[in-house]
Amino acid sequence: MSAGLEIRALRFAYPDGREALRGVDLAVAPGERVAVLGPNGAGKTTLVLHLNGILQPQAGEVVIGGLPVTKANLATIRQRVAIVFQDPDDQLFMPSVRDDVAFGPANAGLRGVALEERVQQALDGVGMGEHVDRAPHHLSFGQRRRVAVATVLAMEPELLVLDEPTSNLDPAARRELAEILDTLDLTQLVVTHDLPYALELCPRAVILDEGRIVADGPTHELLADEDLLARHRLELPRGFQVHTHPHRHGRVVHAHPHGTEPPHHD
Amino acid sequence: MGGGHLGHAGTDGLLIPGSTVVHRAPAQLKIAALLVFVLAVVATPREAVWAFAVYAVVIVGVALVAAVPVLTLLRRLRIEVPFLGFALFLPLLGSSPRVQVLGVSLSQPGLWAAWNIVAKGTLGVSASIILAATTPVAELLQGLERLHLPRALTAIAGFMVRYLDVIVGEANRMSIARQSRGYDPRWLWQARALASSAGTLFVRSFERGERVHLAMASRGYAGSMPELHRRVATANERVAAAAVPLLAVSVCVAAHLVP
Repeated sequence: MSAGLEIRALRFAYPDGREALRGVDLAVAPGERVAVLGPNGAGKTTLVLHLNGILQPQAGEVVIGGLPVTKANLATIRQRVAIVFQDPDDQLFMPSVRDDVAFGPANAGLRGVALEERVQQALDGVGMGEHVDRAPHHLSFGQRRRVAVATVLAMEPELLVLDEPTSNLDPAARRELAEILDTLDLTQLVVTHDLPYALELCPRAVILDEGRIVADGPTHELLADEDLLARHRLELPRGFQVHTHPHRHGRVVHAHPHGTEPPHHD
Repeated sequence: MGGGHLGHAGTDGLLIPGSTVVHRAPAQLKIAALLVFVLAVVATPREAVWAFAVYAVVIVGVALVAAVPVLTLLRRLRIEVPFLGFALFLPLLGSSPRVQVLGVSLSQPGLWAAWNIVAKGTLGVSASIILAATTPVAELLQGLERLHLPRALTAIAGFMVRYLDVIVGEANRMSIARQSRGYDPRWLWQARALASSAGTLFVRSFERGERVHLAMASRGYAGSMPELHRRVATANERVAAAAVPLLAVSVCVAAHLVP
């Protein structure tokens, strides 16, 4: 199951007066995978916290699968929307991996064998099935990130939101996480400033800057526009280029967008 | 974040992994058995020396069954040494009648009081050491929860266990950062940086607490921890776990009847 997301004219200012969101409009279709790009301080995390009602809109509205995010709907919304936060140490707070993954579904009322099965299924889904009895603080950082994904998958959400999923990951853990996310059949919002990762995972991207969506389009087009990126403090890694060129897979010659570093030119 | 591997010895460091009967017993039974055993030992009259001998045999027996090396047990008993120091003064300072031991005049009631503290303390600490050596911390918390300790309390203890490493890691990184900038306090008035680091650590931990709360709320937390551990002990497990405390209680009763 996957749910669509609709954000209309969303505004939010923190108590100190700082305006974090100044009218955000965004529609995401069910099953779509969209990258939300933006520099630090653009309002990305504030936007994320609106998606499951941790923050309530001061103006505008957020609708998940046809259901507006309001105080009355919070329980349903939080079951539908799964957020993977930046620091897995914030997300994994129980003494064992099993308890942590069970926390969400148990809050939703699941018990006994059904709960056990749900936990095992979620951990198997991120390749951490054999670590069910470990303590979170005994896992590597990449493993903790994957367990963090499992803790929210166990709630069988319809929209998965990842806040800076690649921060602090080494290249192997980064690739493993991408492979896992690629297998998940639900709507995904990947909030990041890791542009190559966005290109790899998401066909569509939006750029959030100063509390507004300033660009929306195919990820490879956005990333090929250097002026656009520069205006919003976004940069591809040095030497990394996005371009379309015809190439060959076995006997098939076709063209699709690529992110390549110079040594890989073919 | 990083540095999470610094504190392994901090939380599960006392555990001696194994799969003996004692390891496999449900934690709530082990905790209850320990409690009853300690109460029986404490309630035993100090003059019934034979009873303490029986308790000691029971402890050594359980240690053998649990594959806890007796040497390890003795080494870990060092933790009670500071408390025993106090007991050593009692025979010197106690009231009369006094007896001569190796030319030193010792108080007889003082000797009994010291024996009382040493014997009961050692037995109780040994039993706790065996529990800690055979039960992971997470299971201990689950056991306490099944014994109906309020879930708020087990949750607080659980958070402490979970975040000890994280906070120690954070403190270590701050210490490395201070040293890297040449901080090497020699006098008390140079310790200001330490104090402000402690403040920073507090604020960071507080902020982490807020972020953890957000993560909990996102997964449906609405003010009370869910009940996760429903496994009840089987009849066999109950009988097996009752053996030690029942024996201890019988010895205690016998010691009162036949001093």
